[in-house]
Amino acid sequence: MTKEKQPITTNSSVPFPSTAVAAEAAQDDAGIAKEDTAWTQAPEPTPHAADVVTERADAPELDTDRTPKMIADKVSVFYGEKQALRDVSIQVHDDKVTAFIGPSGCGKSTFLRCLNRMNDTIAGARVTGHIELDGEDINSPDMDVVQLRARVGMVFQKPNPFPKSIYENVAYGPRIHGLAEGKADMDAIVEKSLRRAGLWDEVKDRLQESGTALSGGQQQRLCIARAIAVDPEVILMDEPCSALDPIATAKIEELIHELRGRYAIAIVTHNMQQAARVSQRTAFFHLGELIEYGKTKDIFTNPREQRTQDYITGRYG
Amino acid sequence: MTLTFALIAVLLIAAVAGFLGRSRARAVRDGARLNSLPIYHGAYGFLWALVPALLFLAIWSPLQGRLIEDAVLSTPQGQALPAFDMARDAITSEAYEIATGQREAGFNPESTALAPVYQQFINRYGGIGGGFAILLALAGAAWGLTRVRANFRARAGVERWLMGLLIAASMIAILTTLGIVLSLLFETLRFFSMVPASEFLFGTQWSPQMALRADQAGSSGAFGSIPLFWGTIFIGAIIAMIVAIPLGLMSAIFLTQYAPAKVRSVMKPLLEILAGVPTVVYGYFAALTVAPAVRDFGLSLGIPASSESALAAGLVMGIMIIPFVSSMADDSIAAVPQAMRDGSLAMGATRSETIRKVVLPAALPGVVGGVLLAVSRAIGETMIVVMAAGLAANLTANPFDSVTTVTVQIVQLLTGDQEFDSPKTLAAFALGLALFVITLILNLIALTVVRRYREAYE
Ligand SMILES: Nc1ncnc2c1ncn2[C@@H]1O[C@H](COP(=O)(O)OP(=O)(O)OP(=O)(O)O)[C@@H](O)[C@H]1O
Ligand SMILES: [Mg+2]
Repeated sequence: MTKEKQPITTNSSVPFPSTAVAAEAAQDDAGIAKEDTAWTQAPEPTPHAADVVTERADAPELDTDRTPKMIADKVSVFYGEKQALRDVSIQVHDDKVTAFIGPSGCGKSTFLRCLNRMNDTIAGARVTGHIELDGEDINSPDMDVVQLRARVGMVFQKPNPFPKSIYENVAYGPRIHGLAEGKADMDAIVEKSLRRAGLWDEVKDRLQESGTALSGGQQQRLCIARAIAVDPEVILMDEPCSALDPIATAKIEELIHELRGRYAIAIVTHNMQQAARVSQRTAFFHLGELIEYGKTKDIFTNPREQRTQDYITGRYG
Repeated sequence: MTLTFALIAVLLIAAVAGFLGRSRARAVRDGARLNSLPIYHGAYGFLWALVPALLFLAIWSPLQGRLIEDAVLSTPQGQALPAFDMARDAITSEAYEIATGQREAGFNPESTALAPVYQQFINRYGGIGGGFAILLALAGAAWGLTRVRANFRARAGVERWLMGLLIAASMIAILTTLGIVLSLLFETLRFFSMVPASEFLFGTQWSPQMALRADQAGSSGAFGSIPLFWGTIFIGAIIAMIVAIPLGLMSAIFLTQYAPAKVRSVMKPLLEILAGVPTVVYGYFAALTVAPAVRDFGLSLGIPASSESALAAGLVMGIMIIPFVSSMADDSIAAVPQAMRDGSLAMGATRSETIRKVVLPAALPGVVGGVLLAVSRAIGETMIVVMAAGLAANLTANPFDSVTTVTVQIVQLLTGDQEFDSPKTLAAFALGLALFVITLILNLIALTVVRRYREAYE
């Protein structure tokens, strides 16, 4: 279960179109990217497209230099008779943030739930295809699904803290998995997780109060703290900011920046700017199919598909 | 007869008032825009005509019997009747039945003679009451009809009437409860004037003697109710709950969390059938099947066991109340949001961990409420214990021994010919009141628990 840490390689040797998003994305592997709120309007198709196309010549191999953390190969999902996903193949890297975008109902959440087998809990849901975590097939009978979910944590679209104290919310996972030796150890885990989630200063004096008494944004960060308390290897976030105000959103984006490198992160978002700000890889879904998957800067500045272009520029509903 | 006639007349008047109100409102509408639809004007007249008159009739009709009886007794024929209550009552009730045509001729010659007197007063008071009711209905109808105007807010008026009716409906249940409590209280006070309350509440000897009349020798018995309440709690709140809580809770967890939809759709109704089995049938089962088995088992362990035992009654009662526990638990477990469950599962918790640590704590208020309701149901239960628990008022903790419960003793005290002012009979009311208070407290606790913790999640 140890994370294989490889030296971070740079992918940004090719010059990029000089839009803000590209400039930001160019910091891709250089560390924490600065937020750039100036990027508000949709990118124009750039005159530099040709450069990017040449860079993309080696597609679909996106990262030849390192093994992806998770590999999904031809994943299809059926809810009863209805097919919700068709042959989706994506890699999630442990040093990058992968954003899933696409219109409502296109299967983003469904795909996310495949990655930690939360679809198992839905009666009538059926998943086909192959998904690997560190080379292990997560759908094989040998895979302990409970252990899998401890390694692949999830933050839900709607904050769902347990009706327990803030402390107990964060301690829940470590207790179940026996990660803490004694109270002091648990206290340390709780504090570390809350600090990482950017919530510690706000709640340190009221750890015994109910987690459900927090504000929506605080609850969402509590859920993130809860998810990282078990030190997962992958974190899946389903629209973590959809219910949040801009300040709480900024905090969570900052948190994602900080967590990047420590965890492989996959995030579903309806907010194009957010996808551009926080991710290095973007996958565009449409009607249950993966239309395009590539570097965020490419998707946003020079998409291969017309549908992607239409969607990110807001011409598509 | 006349009251029946009055009732029909009132209904007719109300119906006519309704129609007239509506058509008058329609006529008005041609000129101006109505505040309320014609139907509301009709309903307004209908309600004004109907409700006051009905209320009056409802109050008058029980009163009328009393009035007639008093009037008959104050006539010369009435004064001539024997003074002894029982004999006089037999004659008057016969005379009443002859007068109203329920009976051809009386067994007592006096009653035949008295019948015309009855007839006369029935007609007089029936006429007064019925006439007044009809007048009320007419007045109400007139009031409703005169108010039909374009700008009259009949809609709001009808709304007020409906609210009043709803309040009245809910008051009936409350007033009935109050009436029951008061009647119990009254008899209980009489009991306590014969037997000291301290003896009843704290005495450990229960042997109300079985004398038929108070003037027989040795009419005073022992009325210590502790053994009865102990037996009640032992069977209903201890043994039955030891059976019902785990079984009910586990079946609710299985049905909500583990069972596939198909299994659930078959098992849940089957389980609820348990609640529909008449308690008498459980009684047979307890007395004929379970009790002998329990006795043999007790004897084989070398424990003194009797053929009627607390354990037999408690076991069967536990089975009987499983549906109460499980359906409340089922509802409150199913009401825990799926998001909560998903949150726990996504942390890598197993299903049973999720149930123990997230679902059950969140569902606890409903579960506790269900258990308390089941307890109050169990301690009020009569049939099973009558048939399987025995009559001996033992203060024992041996579940194989025979004990008796409050309800069994009430049945014992009140079956057969009784005199209604001996301590023995009145003791039944005191027991009833005590049982009522206990179940009331249990229900109050259940309600508070449920309300207090209901908003644990949202
Ligand atoms: N539990 C379910 N049972 C049946 N169908 C489902 C279920 N969950 C999702 N679906 C269907 O699968 C398709 C994809 O749903 P999904 O929730 O993955 O969409 P999404 O991309 O996350 O949309 P959104 O952006 O609105 O969250 C939809 O058509 C939806 O109706
Ligand atoms: Mg979704």
